[in-house]
Amino acid sequence: MHVYELNHETQEELEKIQNNLLLEVKNLSLTIERFGKGWTRERLYVIRDFHLKIHHGEVVAIVGASGSGKSLLADAILGIHPKNSIVDGMIKYENELLTEKRRKRLRGNDILLIPQMTNALDPLMKVGKQVKTLMKQNNHQKAVKQIFQKVGLDPDVYDQIPSACSGGMIRKIFIAMALASEAKLIIADEPTNGLDYESIDEMLFQIKMLEKDNKGVIMITHDLEAAMKVADKIAVFYAGETVEVVDKKHLKKGGKFRHPYSRALWNALPQNGFIAIDSTQPSATEKLTGCSFAKQCPKATKKCKIEKPLLKEISHDEMVRCFYAGM
Amino acid sequence: MKNQYLSIDFDSTNYKRRILWKIIGLVCLFLLVALSGFWIGEEQIEANMGEKHLSPSLDHPFGTDWLGRDMFFRTLLGLHLSWKVGLFAAVISTVIALTLSLLSSINKFFDSLVTMLIDLFLSIPHLVALILIAFVLGGGVKGIVIGIAFTHWPSLTRVLRAEILQIKSSEYVHISKKLGKSRMWIIRHHYLPQLAPQLFVGFILLFPHAILHESAITFLGFGLSPEQPAIGIILSEAMKYLTMGMWWLVVFPGLSLFGMVVIFDALGNNLRKLLNPN
Amino acid sequence: MTKWLGAFMLECKNIGFYYNRSNWLFRNIHLSIERGEIIGIYGKSGSGKTTLAKIMANYLSPTEGEVLVDGEKSNHSEVYPVQLIWQHPEQAINPKWKLSKIFEEAKELDQDIPSILGIKEEWLNRRAHELSGGELQRFCIARAFHPDTRYIIADEITSMFDAITQAQIWHALIRLVKERNIGVLAISHHISLLERISDRIIDFNQLKGASEKSF
Repeated sequence: MHVYELNHETQEELEKIQNNLLLEVKNLSLTIERFGKGWTRERLYVIRDFHLKIHHGEVVAIVGASGSGKSLLADAILGIHPKNSIVDGMIKYENELLTEKRRKRLRGNDILLIPQMTNALDPLMKVGKQVKTLMKQNNHQKAVKQIFQKVGLDPDVYDQIPSACSGGMIRKIFIAMALASEAKLIIADEPTNGLDYESIDEMLFQIKMLEKDNKGVIMITHDLEAAMKVADKIAVFYAGETVEVVDKKHLKKGGKFRHPYSRALWNALPQNGFIAIDSTQPSATEKLTGCSFAKQCPKATKKCKIEKPLLKEISHDEMVRCFYAGM
Repeated sequence: MKNQYLSIDFDSTNYKRRILWKIIGLVCLFLLVALSGFWIGEEQIEANMGEKHLSPSLDHPFGTDWLGRDMFFRTLLGLHLSWKVGLFAAVISTVIALTLSLLSSINKFFDSLVTMLIDLFLSIPHLVALILIAFVLGGGVKGIVIGIAFTHWPSLTRVLRAEILQIKSSEYVHISKKLGKSRMWIIRHHYLPQLAPQLFVGFILLFPHAILHESAITFLGFGLSPEQPAIGIILSEAMKYLTMGMWWLVVFPGLSLFGMVVIFDALGNNLRKLLNPN
Repeated sequence: MTKWLGAFMLECKNIGFYYNRSNWLFRNIHLSIERGEIIGIYGKSGSGKTTLAKIMANYLSPTEGEVLVDGEKSNHSEVYPVQLIWQHPEQAINPKWKLSKIFEEAKELDQDIPSILGIKEEWLNRRAHELSGGELQRFCIARAFHPDTRYIIADEITSMFDAITQAQIWHALIRLVKERNIGVLAISHHISLLERISDRIIDFNQLKGASEKSF
């Protein structure tokens, strides 16, 4: 068995990291109940076991396949999940349990969602005004225009209504809103979807800008490449579970992803190998007994099919869910 | 350390089930009233001079009128007739609405033609157009049914037209066209399945309108003839006796009519909720 | 042989398009795709790639110029020999349909197409909202392989999906296309993807730019 070298952090350092913790999610699950055929009920295990830690001034990317329930993650954290679903698990915000009441208060103030859809703005209100309403201090048009310039928007956009803006501009407006607000945690749902190469780079640069503002950014994406460019940590999400959290430093030093699914994802990138493993994710209706990736995994053994691997901690916030990780 | 924060019951499934029960209940109630007309024979509403002007009692829950006829059975028969008129009128109206909305999907010319017709009919008050049509056709059941059918299609047509317009511009319709599918194929496989719920709900919601209008113009004397046991006739006849203190002649038939309309409205709204949850 | 090659091509001849008279989106576009060839085209969003795709698949008429399929203008009422696959499969499938109906729509589909694309039997009984985008896109691709299809335009067909799904879809698509000698125009902003899949890559801006000089 491969043994990991644990990072030896002093008590003091650990405390510092702990204090800096912005959001911690443990054992989060989301189950939807809906009607199947006829009047039978069917349960969808959309999120099965999700874990995440994010600190101030940090970008964490949640990377997962399309249809893995990623977009419901943000909803579950914010408490805006569909009515016919149950969310279970523990969420702590700034080391304090996030209760329903507290969440309502924080949502939109401390925690801001950058939605995937570009129709989320008030269609009748001037764009600049919508940004301005989020500012607590410095409530001037000038300040808003400065932020517009920062994100690469023409200050004249201030007086436009959303329908006059292109999709790319609207995304910049969302970033401007995040910068203008006092939010500490930004959740961006697929911020690079549908953008061309240059715009993706621009968007990633702006996400970095949020980070420099000491905000925590959770970026939910299917694009591993973009995630690797911008994130400090990458959480890989498969079949409703966190299968791996890896620090970018580890990858930079030449380290590889530890989980076989993440490796397969990496190898499938056109610039790496363009290798398509023969797989489809287990569907959300399946109750899984063993490892969710066992059927597709080249290294799977009998054990993997019977026993569900737990998320093992490798260092303070690197984790992997595999019996044979790193081998 | 777990905290289960959110409501445990899966709201929407129970919600759906609740709506379904409501619908079943409403349908039963409605069938009871509507079909009762088939069982009621002449003898139940025969004139009986010995029992004139009776106020409501166990024998005659709705009382009797100036000819000693049982008002309960008269009212049921009236509702039955209203239901038949409503059914015919709603079917014809729905067919008109569907035909015109499909016509409007052909091209811009037909679309503006249909839109013009809708605007034209919506600009005339229902009751006025209805009275005119019924009058021209000589009144009676035929006059009323056609009158109602020809005045009630525009709003449903407008809804269907908007729906078709949206479906027509969707990518999957474009793709079907490029795969060589005919207009009829697209209507059958793309338009109709998506219009079905709207059509059905629209049809149900036409009933209360049809019934109220039928009673209204009958009451005004342009509709059904006095020997027919319609609610409108009952009400207009009863007006003469109201001053004599025979309140039951108006109150019970009126309430029953109102009840029937409410049932239909509730039925339509619940069906809509079930078919399109948003 | 050379005569044959000349005839079996999807050709854009001098294509120009505008929505607004004073503002041409592009002009004088010349482009040809041979049967069995995969051409990659990349460019900025908003530059008119999708519009060109729609023109080539006969969804839009060009303002000027013409599109020739194997040397002739194609008929409108039949199955169009150039099929377009869209970016968002969930918009390209009727939400009320069971997915098996997609195959009904593209009748006479070759038996092996669904399995090559990795379409599973149990998906056929479901409706669009019960499947993921990647799964739906496989149906859209299958449908495009109508027996009469000679060319396929793939407009950002995998840009919404993760790398594994992307690789799976393209491997299957390339196999189908090569077996059937179908020409493909692949539009993407992802250059390394195009390098993997295409026989030839064109920069759309250059294609536009080249023509601008000749105005």
